[in-house]
Amino acid sequence: MDIDLITNILYAMVRTGTPLLIVALGELVCERSGVLNLGQEGMMLMGAVVGFIVTLTTGSLMLGFILAIVAGMLMSMLFAAIALGLNANQVATGLALTIFGTGLSAFIGAGYVGVPITGLEPIAIPYLSDIPLIGKMLFAQDLVVYLSFGLFGLVYWFFKSSRLGLTVKAVGENPHAANSLGLPVMRTRYLAVAFGGGMAGLAGGYLSLAYTPLWAENMVAGRGWIALALVVFATWRADRIIFGAYLFGLASILNLVVQGLGYPVSPNLLAMMPYAATVLVLVMISSNVMKSKMYTPMWLGKPFHPHS
Amino acid sequence: MFLKLEPRGEASRSMSYLSPLLAGLLTLISGGIFFAFLGHDPIDALRIFLIAPVEDLYGFGELCVKAAPIMLCAIGLAVAFKAQVWNIGAEGQLLMGGLAASAVALQLLDVESLWALPLVLLSGMLGGGLWGLLAGWLRTRFNANEILTTIMFNYIALYLLLYFVHGSFKDPDGYGFPASAMFGDSSILPVLLEDTRLHIGILFALLAVVIIWVMLSRSFIGFQIKVLGLDSNAAKLAGFKHKRLVAIVMIVSGALAGLAGAGEVAGPIGQLIPSISPGYGYAAIIVAFLGRLHPVGIFFASMLMALIYLGGELAQIELNVPLAVTSLFQGMLLFYLLACDVFINFKIKFNRPQISPTLENS
Repeated sequence: MDIDLITNILYAMVRTGTPLLIVALGELVCERSGVLNLGQEGMMLMGAVVGFIVTLTTGSLMLGFILAIVAGMLMSMLFAAIALGLNANQVATGLALTIFGTGLSAFIGAGYVGVPITGLEPIAIPYLSDIPLIGKMLFAQDLVVYLSFGLFGLVYWFFKSSRLGLTVKAVGENPHAANSLGLPVMRTRYLAVAFGGGMAGLAGGYLSLAYTPLWAENMVAGRGWIALALVVFATWRADRIIFGAYLFGLASILNLVVQGLGYPVSPNLLAMMPYAATVLVLVMISSNVMKSKMYTPMWLGKPFHPHS
Repeated sequence: MFLKLEPRGEASRSMSYLSPLLAGLLTLISGGIFFAFLGHDPIDALRIFLIAPVEDLYGFGELCVKAAPIMLCAIGLAVAFKAQVWNIGAEGQLLMGGLAASAVALQLLDVESLWALPLVLLSGMLGGGLWGLLAGWLRTRFNANEILTTIMFNYIALYLLLYFVHGSFKDPDGYGFPASAMFGDSSILPVLLEDTRLHIGILFALLAVVIIWVMLSRSFIGFQIKVLGLDSNAAKLAGFKHKRLVAIVMIVSGALAGLAGAGEVAGPIGQLIPSISPGYGYAAIIVAFLGRLHPVGIFFASMLMALIYLGGELAQIELNVPLAVTSLFQGMLLFYLLACDVFINFKIKFNRPQISPTLENS
């Protein structure tokens, strides 16, 4: 393998891992507050389709991304209204959100399938992007990738050093204790869910506006689900999420690598890789029952009703 | 807040039956508003969606053709959900069933035997059952979350199917199209009603509903499954074998979904093609919840879901709306159901704004 190929693989790895990183960071905050939102896939699809249509009609990528985030947030508030406001089963509500988002995105995007747009272009930072191997990977990406580095830092700091981060963790570990300390349990959870929704919307928008600038039905292709597995893999820690996201990015571009090296492997078998890797990783990380129990937020997925 | 949710002392039985009907009604109303919003006469649009597809015998046949795989998947999922095993993988188990059934059927292209069809269907059940068992085993042996593994297995199953349909299962005389050869007549499910596509798959679905009903309500294994779902600690104390129960529910639900897949390739399709299911396995999740995990409820919910599929197809032709209207209505139905279900355990209390005594005194 020559150095150019490795440089390009590293570049593509980060690019492919970015939507996973963004949506997984959002879901991390959501899950640390004790809310399991399985609707990531649906929220991403809505972000993708709304971002695409807005950019196509207004010509503004900026506006596309902003409304993709808004779309993800609105979807997450639909989830919150039912799962938090009405105390419904979070697993079922999340599934409903994914099914509904899949349908709604396909419905409103039906007339836009295959229409090309000019996507977000990479911006190479002078000098830094010329560093061998990692220069292109870190300094020749598009703005959203740079933003994702910042978002990672933000979430990392949020849980490590901020007061609000501590509140989120307390609410997820034991909402009753948090409630008796006077912490606003429900408000914290609504905000965490909204943050997760916005991140999912942004990740979806990244797919349709930068990664592959077009809209196709179901184009998120399970990334929302992979991100959910990523949070488990990362044992609910931000620093491990960035590592995991790029690892999955690498698994997803394996087909390009293998084709680049000239091995004749079926594209359908290679396309399985990220999903198979997800199962493998889940198996490895979950097999220690004690440990995985220790890491999981205690109240994850359980409804909290202040009066009961 | 003027409205407050207050826990009921015990779950309301009547509300648990009323909630699906209420959800259906709300979906109907929202659907009417939705069509009106698109510029169609809502009454006429809903007639096209819900009544026109089943106005004649052929339509009724189509309804059963679609209801059969949904019912098979949903009744299997009900068994898993009863045990609190969240099998979201009916779609993948259906695909693996279709793939396994095709593998056998393609070996029997020229065989004229009464055994061909049972063999094809059984291999479908085996394919789906093993695919389900794999996720069950990963949960009991490695503690891997079955929601995520079954979802991943759905994607893997789809790509496996594509691999074979583009590869060794492709018809050599098919001009390069990704489709297998048409199955032999002895591997095809016979048609029940002349001039329709209604095949005996619907009988298998009805039989499965009855068998699962008996199993859940009359057998010891059904009792164990229900106890496991209600209180896993109680199941442990009673000495029920947890791992074996998870394996059983995953095999049963996988095998039924596999049978659904076999029934599709050996039924209305008659060959293996890249897309053998328009998301029946996902729709079955909604059906299982809508039918309250009860066989009778699942029967009616499957019929409704099949109608939504047919209505979506007809609406695409007559009203020129995208086919995705089907999954839109499916998602809406589940949302309304979950929202209505709240009133099983909670009641709404209206709070009149009042001045609190402490405030009055001060």
